[in-house]
Amino acid sequence: MDVLTLSRWQFAVTSMFHFIFVPLTLGLSLLTAWFETRWVMTGDETWLKMTRFWGRLFLINFALGIVTGITMEFQFGMNWAEYSRYVGDIFGAPLAIEATLAFFLESVFIGVWIFGWDKISRKMHAASIWLVAIATNLSALWILLANGWMQRPVGYHLVSGAAGQVRAEMVDFVALLLNPYGLVKFFHTLTSGYVVAAFFVMGISAWHLLRKSELTFFKRSFRAAALFGLAGCVLVALTGDFHAVDIAKVQPTKFAAMESVWETQRGAPMGLILLPDEAGERNRIAWLNIPKLVSFLAFRDPDAEVRGLKAFPRELRPPVWPTFLSFRLMVALGLVMILVSLLGVYWSGKGGFEDRRFFLKVVLWSLPLPYIAGQLGWIVAEVGRQPWIVYGVLKTADAVSRSIETAQVVASLAGFTILYGGLAAVDAYLLVKYSRKGPL
Amino acid sequence: MELQVVWFVLWAVLWAVYFMLDGFVLGTGMLLGVLGRSDLDRRVLLRTFGPVWNGNEVWLLTAGGATFAAFPATYALMFSYLYTALLLLLFALIIRGVSIEFRGRVDAPVWCSSCDRAVIGASFLPALLFGVAFGNIFQGLPMDRAGYHGSFLSLLNPYGLLTGVLFVLLFAVHGALYAAVKTGGALSERAGRAARRLWPPLLGVAVLFLGYSRFATRLWDNYLQQPVFAAIPLVAVAALLAVGWFGARGEMLKAFAASCATVLMVTFTGVAGLYPNLIPSTLDPAYSLTIFNSSSSPYTLGIMTIVAAILVPTVIAYKIWVYRVFRARVEEKDVLINAESY
Repeated sequence: MDVLTLSRWQFAVTSMFHFIFVPLTLGLSLLTAWFETRWVMTGDETWLKMTRFWGRLFLINFALGIVTGITMEFQFGMNWAEYSRYVGDIFGAPLAIEATLAFFLESVFIGVWIFGWDKISRKMHAASIWLVAIATNLSALWILLANGWMQRPVGYHLVSGAAGQVRAEMVDFVALLLNPYGLVKFFHTLTSGYVVAAFFVMGISAWHLLRKSELTFFKRSFRAAALFGLAGCVLVALTGDFHAVDIAKVQPTKFAAMESVWETQRGAPMGLILLPDEAGERNRIAWLNIPKLVSFLAFRDPDAEVRGLKAFPRELRPPVWPTFLSFRLMVALGLVMILVSLLGVYWSGKGGFEDRRFFLKVVLWSLPLPYIAGQLGWIVAEVGRQPWIVYGVLKTADAVSRSIETAQVVASLAGFTILYGGLAAVDAYLLVKYSRKGPL
Repeated sequence: MELQVVWFVLWAVLWAVYFMLDGFVLGTGMLLGVLGRSDLDRRVLLRTFGPVWNGNEVWLLTAGGATFAAFPATYALMFSYLYTALLLLLFALIIRGVSIEFRGRVDAPVWCSSCDRAVIGASFLPALLFGVAFGNIFQGLPMDRAGYHGSFLSLLNPYGLLTGVLFVLLFAVHGALYAAVKTGGALSERAGRAARRLWPPLLGVAVLFLGYSRFATRLWDNYLQQPVFAAIPLVAVAALLAVGWFGARGEMLKAFAASCATVLMVTFTGVAGLYPNLIPSTLDPAYSLTIFNSSSSPYTLGIMTIVAAILVPTVIAYKIWVYRVFRARVEEKDVLINAESY
């Protein structure tokens, strides 16, 4: 394998691993802040116990989110030097702002929150976890504005430098901030993080409810998380729908691959069962077609024209199978999660909830679903953007560092895989250990 | 003043503050085994920087992010040329962070002692690597039109290694003084003794570094041409002497303040000597990365200047508040009552 392929794998491994921790941080910080606020407002000790129990799991997860995040910033320069040089003028800004505005805030106030229980007032203590929660959410905003720019570059022009090297320069910062692609993606990712946290809390609560331990504590936790999760699920679906409209408009190749549309057509149908055939440029199987649905979802017009993959040269198409399959699975999981959280809200408000053993087991086993859906979503976003690293502007193949050698990247990829494997084991062990232990 | 110069100064400040703040965390971490004779001692030592170490490390990310936003060409080449060194640095920082945070999460002596060893190693290695990396940046890297002609091993040249040793000793003294200030009783005294013992070798290496820099780098040229800037290395030397003076008199808080000044001024000495380069080329000055040929556009630098002018003072303000909240010396009861705090 060459440096390009290895660097791609390394970026995939490190970013997907990082994204195991990010979404839980986004949602669980808010839930913990809410629990602590309820404690400060009511003085009810159950809320304090909830703050401490869920806060502890939050901290274990947060530590890994932080350390794996450092890798991301370094990697752009290490493995993608040509990319960094080409777009640094515009892409570096949101990353630097993220560090200064958001990352400082969360890292400083997490320390205050962990160690400040007996040093500052209750209100200040609750305020510090709110600052952490707001900062993690802001952090996501800047990262997704940066990613949004890679998906739909705006507010830039190309300039030839002294050495004849071309680069993208920022001409409109406000356009970068208001890039609809980035903003919709931000809300989609953010709310998907809320769903991860909701299913995390619901799943662990279900485990305890199945054992009839700490009923008040875990029923209350479940109820709060189910409401949060249902709201999150609905918002993920809504923002996802808006997002698809944007993709259809500005990234036609990604959209065609997501839906596996080969021929350009008006009133494109959606095949519920499709089997794409990349070599043959067609769908080998297309069953259960719903007429005009793809056109309607993409353009809000059942007769709109959808450009098929064949309208683009082969070398400008993304890999269809991973894009198509990830998108389908993500949407399917989303529907399952809406149902689970809906039933959760309904039943957790009624008596005898702890006796719905089958449902509680379903909830427990649903815990990984939003994690998987989130990873699939990133596969759609990043694989679907190929062969571009900046859509329509710079190809991934032209973005890789020129000075690094295969042996270096083999070593780093192996190192990351081993190190992250170890971290995953420690993380899983600690989360299971402290989840089982229950509130102290 | 041109915006590139503003960002050069800010770049220097971000690195210097990072070294000053993470320097004592790395230093205390390196000395965890030497100073912390018992498990409780080591928990107290970790607790001294527990509330602040995360926020301190972010200065590194901000320095990296600022390099990316303000000098993208330097960011791209610096990070890809120093690939292996940065990889080891990343691994060390990851291992250090996880070991600090998870040490207290498993109640088994073998786990705690493994984490302690990991903290020690993963604090020593970054100090050494930062020194080696910056020593090589001061010297310049072998780069020209064709790219980079060095390797990880070529970074381990005498001057690079000397700078590495300088950073290790600098951070060790810095960390020992921090531990002396932030703990009490026998632990504090032990830390004070360690600082006093490490100071003479630090002074020796610093003198050697200054002398060797005359031959191995062009850092002196700027100071000889613009003698007013020679105040920077002179203050660095004065601060280092003050560390020894206050340390010997047992005035540890003053010694620590002097050591903060030393770390800041040593960084400024190196970076100001580079001006207007960020990374000189040892092969052909035409391929040196300067603040002018590697910078972002005036538009981006302007936006980022406004952002930095608002955010950096805000960050400093709330960080000062946090240091005030946690200003008390850490006592054994602090680690015994709060289960979350290591």
